[in-house]
Amino acid sequence: MNQLDWDKNAVQAVIEGLKDIPGALLPILHGIQDRLGYIPPDSVPLIASALNLSRAEVHGVITFYHYFRETPPGKHTIHICRAESCQSMNSRGLEAHAKAKLGIDYHETTADGDFSLEPVYCLGNCACSPAMTIDGEVYGRVSPERFDEILNEVRAEA
Amino acid sequence: MSVTVYVPRDSSALSLGAEKVAKAIAQEAAKRGADIKLVRNGSRGLFWLEPMVEVATPAGRLAYGPVQPKDVTSLFDADFLKGGKHPLALGATDEIPYLKKQERLTNARVGITDPVSLDDYLAHEGYRGLKNALDMAPAEIVKAVTDSGLRGRGGAAFPTGIKWNTVLNAPGEQKYIVCNADEGDSGTFSDRMIMEGDPFVLVEGMTIAGLAVGATQGYIYLRVEYPHAHQNLNAAIQAAYAAGYLGKNICGSGKAFDLEVRLGAGAYVCGEETSLLESLEGKRGLVRFKPPLPAIKGLFGQPTIINNVISLASVPIILDKGGEYYRDFGMGRSRGTLPIQLAGNIKHPGLIEKAFGVTLRELLYDYGGGSATGRPIKAVQVGGPLGAFMPESQFDTPLDYEAFAALWAVLGHGGVVVFDDTVNMADMARYAMEFCAIESCGKCTPCRIGSTRGVEVMDRIIENQDRASNIQLLRDLSDTMLNGSLCALGGMTPYPVLSALNHFPEDFGADSKAKAA
Repeated sequence: MNQLDWDKNAVQAVIEGLKDIPGALLPILHGIQDRLGYIPPDSVPLIASALNLSRAEVHGVITFYHYFRETPPGKHTIHICRAESCQSMNSRGLEAHAKAKLGIDYHETTADGDFSLEPVYCLGNCACSPAMTIDGEVYGRVSPERFDEILNEVRAEA
Repeated sequence: MSVTVYVPRDSSALSLGAEKVAKAIAQEAAKRGADIKLVRNGSRGLFWLEPMVEVATPAGRLAYGPVQPKDVTSLFDADFLKGGKHPLALGATDEIPYLKKQERLTNARVGITDPVSLDDYLAHEGYRGLKNALDMAPAEIVKAVTDSGLRGRGGAAFPTGIKWNTVLNAPGEQKYIVCNADEGDSGTFSDRMIMEGDPFVLVEGMTIAGLAVGATQGYIYLRVEYPHAHQNLNAAIQAAYAAGYLGKNICGSGKAFDLEVRLGAGAYVCGEETSLLESLEGKRGLVRFKPPLPAIKGLFGQPTIINNVISLASVPIILDKGGEYYRDFGMGRSRGTLPIQLAGNIKHPGLIEKAFGVTLRELLYDYGGGSATGRPIKAVQVGGPLGAFMPESQFDTPLDYEAFAALWAVLGHGGVVVFDDTVNMADMARYAMEFCAIESCGKCTPCRIGSTRGVEVMDRIIENQDRASNIQLLRDLSDTMLNGSLCALGGMTPYPVLSALNHFPEDFGADSKAKAA
């Protein structure tokens, strides 16, 4: 594997477009993750040099924020809410079910590369707990049965 | 003549299938040759009835819900476009008791208008506050906000007018207005509903804040978990620029205000104001020491107003109708209204904007209808993950900042999360420590180390290892975190932990005698 694994031009374009705005680092990281699905570690020196930061500073910011990831995600990313409101409606049962069904734990990707599973702390859908998102689409009142249905729908759409 | 049909675009409504319902209605109307205008409004906040479809009739707006795609054919068969009878018919929307009993000031337009239509905003009293503000001196605007008694709705309840006055009088070349839209508390969604359902009111409020203190740049720091709010805010900002409500020459006044949305990246602590400012500057979200206050040295070291979404969204009505109008709602030192969010295990979850003073019991039973599971309500957590768990004996507490503080509880951002009697409060106390450990910024020791030790102590208590001394240790640790942490994350995590321990000792292994006491 070489650096063609990630699109250096795309990263460079994002950096060039945003490097002069105040507080540019988070917008750049979002831009890269939006394009590529993750922030390739090899892009860190490019970002650091454009913003006149050390590589350690950029790495420190990437790792501080839960949302940023340094490895490619699966085809679909599932975020399950772990916060209190969802817990009151059995999100603990939902997460156990999802982990068993997918055969992975949080921060892992299924062997076929189809699904990544991430925890999230509140989606603002607390009136329809338990909640989750798949690729940014929000789902409410997700029982384990409903989880399976949604998963099948997502698989069918692919 | 075309009939207007409303199907919400609010993300909770979408999470229950609103998008498919909207498509089904459009298709069915096309099939039958019915002339409809489909408006994607915000949500009225009656979430057990979502997706709630409304039809504009000569007799006013009528509601149907909860509507699923399979119901659409029968709705047309029942001639719902003319208000026909149907099992899902709810009658006139405004007469639904849950809505009718509310006092909606900040949320006046949410669920009623098309959120991204500037024309609709103007037709529903929008931008009247800004128009007044443009004719006022900065100090007069600040005085109106001070007179209203508005306190920060993010949770800390600091008087907004005093904060603004500090920024007004602080010398600085470039002042900033920052909106804290990092609504990370579980059980809260009123910021989201405003940003999705009436984004212009936030844009207007921030513009007024800019005029009040001489700030020409604003940032909305929005959590990345809210993609729909992001789209609607950007659409509203774009429309406001196009119509001259933002930019270098607001409404021809010669005054300038620019506004931009910036996204967070999933760090709860960035809802703390100084951490948020660090994040906006492109750094790790480490909490800053205070002083200096952000009002003196905030974003990029300049005087900065940093307010919650609801605080800023309450400003337009204050400038439109006057500080006294707003102040006349509420009780004690809690003036105006609070958008309360009823969530978790509750039959009728939703948004309830009421003047301060309503009791928890009224919310839980009169509005909420009891638990969703039908079991007894054992505890409610008010004010997010750093709020205390409150037992049934405290349900008569009125929603008022001081009344809650007197009980070692917090009103916070107005989120109420309901738990039935299957909850184990020791598990919830452990979770509070775990959450703090995951989200701690790491700058101060009590929070960074204390929360991890807290999880370990809770594990020992749950496993019944040397319980009495571990409970004592938990109290000591909580005391250290409470008094020694730099910000509210470490400083308030003991609230849920100690309230769980104090009100529900039986879940921590206390014998039945202690339970009876």
